[in-house]
Amino acid sequence: MGNVLTDDLQVTKPNLEVFSATLQHLATGDRNVVVITSDSRGSGKLVPFGKKYPTQMVEVGIAEQNLVGVAAGLASTGKKAFAVSPACFLTARALEQIKNDVAYSDNPVRLIGISAGVSYGALGSTHHSLHDFAALRAINNLKIVAPADNYETEQAILQAYHLDQPIYLRFGKKPMPLLTEDSTDSFTLGKGRVVRRGQDLAFIATGETVYPALMAAQKLKSERNLDIAVVSMHTIKPLDTELLQYFAANAKAIVTVEEHSINGGLGEACASFLLQHDYRKPFKIVGIPDEYTVTGSQIEIFNHYGISEVGLADAALTLLNTMT
Amino acid sequence: MIVSELIAKSKEYRQKILKYIVGANAGHTGGSLSCIDILNVLYNVVLNVSPDNFESPDRDRYIQSKGHCVEALFVVLADKGFFSEGDLNTLCRYQSHYIGHPTRKVNGVEQNTGALGHGLPISVGTALAAKMDEKNYRVFTLLGDGELPEGSNWEAALTAAHYKLDNLCAILDKNNLQITGSTADVCNTDPVDLKFESFGWAVKHVDGHDLAAIKDALESVPFEVGKPSMLIAHTVKGKGVSFMEHNISWHHGVPNEEQYAQAVAELSA
Repeated sequence: MGNVLTDDLQVTKPNLEVFSATLQHLATGDRNVVVITSDSRGSGKLVPFGKKYPTQMVEVGIAEQNLVGVAAGLASTGKKAFAVSPACFLTARALEQIKNDVAYSDNPVRLIGISAGVSYGALGSTHHSLHDFAALRAINNLKIVAPADNYETEQAILQAYHLDQPIYLRFGKKPMPLLTEDSTDSFTLGKGRVVRRGQDLAFIATGETVYPALMAAQKLKSERNLDIAVVSMHTIKPLDTELLQYFAANAKAIVTVEEHSINGGLGEACASFLLQHDYRKPFKIVGIPDEYTVTGSQIEIFNHYGISEVGLADAALTLLNTMT
Repeated sequence: MIVSELIAKSKEYRQKILKYIVGANAGHTGGSLSCIDILNVLYNVVLNVSPDNFESPDRDRYIQSKGHCVEALFVVLADKGFFSEGDLNTLCRYQSHYIGHPTRKVNGVEQNTGALGHGLPISVGTALAAKMDEKNYRVFTLLGDGELPEGSNWEAALTAAHYKLDNLCAILDKNNLQITGSTADVCNTDPVDLKFESFGWAVKHVDGHDLAAIKDALESVPFEVGKPSMLIAHTVKGKGVSFMEHNISWHHGVPNEEQYAQAVAELSA
């Protein structure tokens, strides 16, 4: 499985653009690749795909339930169906179609939640998806993936294409710095990626929060000489419990980070596993608290809730200080 | 299969539906009896589908949106040899695949259904794939009139017309009753023919218990080139058993011993 990033894509791009480019690459060699959109080809960066492969793009209009049902029907015939819609609508409005038509019926639809988390910023809670991990984690036969950077996005799409199983992938809107310079770990669905090594504490982060976690780790190294590990836990389900166990055994404390409600997401998945396997570590879940989300841009919302270089460094120090 | 044979089949199927519902002490009796003549014609005349070609990408597809009437489907699938009829003795039993809604764990079932308003969108996607691949298979889906208020049906109806899916046929089992009462009282969807026509579908009506008429109608699909077909089958909930007909208490009522004996007597007469 080769790396298909073209030279111009080595410059950091929104993960969405990498998704679109990767899909075009796949469609070049496989006419069964079909994209289904709900008036979302623009926001999904799929206009070039639609121009190049008009017969491989299905537009259903703003109708997410139908989007997923139609995608399930297409997938049942062997089509490699990528159902693309804003994560907020895809995973709430069409939740029953995801549960029944995709997961329960085992139709291998690749569900693509775009502009996920609080990517839509000031458009507000109607357009935020802070529930998707929680809602989808409770559904059997569905993988959940939030790639951190362009490399992970490309690999996630390529592997999802080959996997031929129900899967949900979510992407944000903003350009994401490549984390590869900090890691030689390759990307494998279901296996967390160690972006930075360290024993003092581990940030277990996912999606677009991995980068601020890495910044916080670097800050704590330069200011406090702390060695902090950073894991891109891109696959929320199935969770890489082997890697989690390694850090539970070897790091002094764990902070999970996610662009999601603190309820039911990555943090609670990790906590549940650790508690049930007798790991008693200082542990903190950083995410969006259970309240009306503050208004602002994605970065302002991140900063408000401490999903930032400073906020995560503070969270780590607070946790480490409680141990002394 | 000729019409006289179809008539005999329907009598046999109705008795078996009741037999297995009584055996399981559960089932959707009234709706299974209202849709069985449609399933009879589909599987014995119309559909190019059999246990031998069920894995073929070119087979016709039947997707039962009104999944709760699974007893009708199971009886027909057993008759067509998809599985041994004796398997139905496990209907709704612990660890049986033969549960109260269609699942793909049962040979011959295309899609897991049961939640309403799901069959039409999946059928649209399946029919769309045939158009993309220039395949000749057709997709049939059975809707209940009680499930029509689900918005996903109307979303899918738009898409079917938009993509001119004349390889798609929806059949409406219009028995005018749902669990609470008459569909007209619960949420009136009439005139349903005009609604689908206005959405760009070709619509026909049929007496849903006249096997010759159902056969003629389904053999004329597509009703119009370039349009999806909607066959509105006017049916009677509980059809064939006098005390069940038009009676909502038989939506998922199970006959007792005496009622079962009377029903069998009526159906075998």
